[in-house]
Amino acid sequence: MSVLVPRTLQDALQATAANPSAQLIQGGTDLMVEINFNHRKPTDVIALRRVDELKSIQIDTEKSQITIGAGLPYQQMEHGEIARRLPALAQAARTVGSPQIRSAGSIGGNLGTCSPAGDALPVLSALDATVNLQSADASRSVSVHDFMVGVKRNARLPGEIIVSTTLPIVSGWQGYAKVGVRNAMVISVASCCLVVDRINGTIAVALGAVGPTIIRCRETESWLASQVDLKTKTTISPNLLQEFGTRIANESKPIDDHRSTAAYRRHAVCVLARRLLTRANSQ
Amino acid sequence: MNPNSEIYNLRVNGKTHEIRDSWVGESLLYVLRERLNLPGTKGACEQGECGSCTVIMDGQAVCSCLVMAATAIESEIQTIENLSDGGSLTEVQDAFVTEGGVQCGFCTPGLVVAIEHLLSQNPDPSEIEIKEAISGNICRCTGYGRIFEAVDKAVSVRKAKTS
Repeated sequence: MSVLVPRTLQDALQATAANPSAQLIQGGTDLMVEINFNHRKPTDVIALRRVDELKSIQIDTEKSQITIGAGLPYQQMEHGEIARRLPALAQAARTVGSPQIRSAGSIGGNLGTCSPAGDALPVLSALDATVNLQSADASRSVSVHDFMVGVKRNARLPGEIIVSTTLPIVSGWQGYAKVGVRNAMVISVASCCLVVDRINGTIAVALGAVGPTIIRCRETESWLASQVDLKTKTTISPNLLQEFGTRIANESKPIDDHRSTAAYRRHAVCVLARRLLTRANSQ
Repeated sequence: MNPNSEIYNLRVNGKTHEIRDSWVGESLLYVLRERLNLPGTKGACEQGECGSCTVIMDGQAVCSCLVMAATAIESEIQTIENLSDGGSLTEVQDAFVTEGGVQCGFCTPGLVVAIEHLLSQNPDPSEIEIKEAISGNICRCTGYGRIFEAVDKAVSVRKAKTS
């Protein structure tokens, strides 16, 4: 029975090596709910909230990518450099809970919990982010698509810590939208991230909370790229927009649960995707 | 000693408190109320949605129900009990009383902490900034109108005092 609060990444990695099954906790916004409701009773805990190395932001302009520490609170993604270069991530960050939650919650926590409703996860998926993991004697990088394996299941191995995620800076429009029962303080019923790469003429659409994990709509993406030139802003005809939304909805795999119904979620992602595509071509 | 216990220190309202015989998963909210005899911080949803348990930790407004108490060592924690300097009310607390921002009162400590935190960073917030700052605090009585009036009053009283 122990609680460790390491101050450096090295100490944290040694702690996980010594006790690979210990419960890791970052901001606590998911885990503490499970504990408060007696769904989980941890015995050994390693808290990462004091590890400053997990809160770094590294901007690599040569490689055109940003590496964000797994423990950086969402609050710090709402404005500034991250918001300027990764606007979809900033928009997702702003929809997370309330100020109280955004001062604690982080991408590392979203990835660790791996709930399909995690607000940052569709952004990571649409941007083909890389998840960087470290253990006491090794480090590895995994595509976010391989990292998220199912409902609240991920590819993290015992003893590993999610240290950061690397996201490309894409030239073009990107945005995020979500539906919940109200605007503030809400867990998403359905969410969508859309990224247009104007250099390569491609589009990426990722959906949250409408499947066991985040869904990338690859069939619709290549279909749209064959219909319009994505290298420039184009007017999308109403018929094409309608079909885009329908195809997106068909790629979703929602279920009925306590938060919403499958039918509503299918409708919601259709509307969200159409809305984002319209914004991409008007803003 | 109970084998399922932890001993650790918490810095609350400027004092160091030793916590004994605590279970590892206890929230900061539970420890404040049940072990440190600080019942001003309220517990309702215990899932970070209602904001009634808001405290200041290292300068940030947080939901104390979502903080694992044993991991909050070395953090400076401020609760509603420590906002005023003793018997008198702060301008925010006073404005809640005079403007009718308190009805059942259950959400009040969390709202007062969230608003004091806002005003400490932004002494003259806009309406949208106030709404954003208390978006994580639910009040089911007032409809919020009188709470916004209380914030306006507190802001103008503080302005008059400093000018």
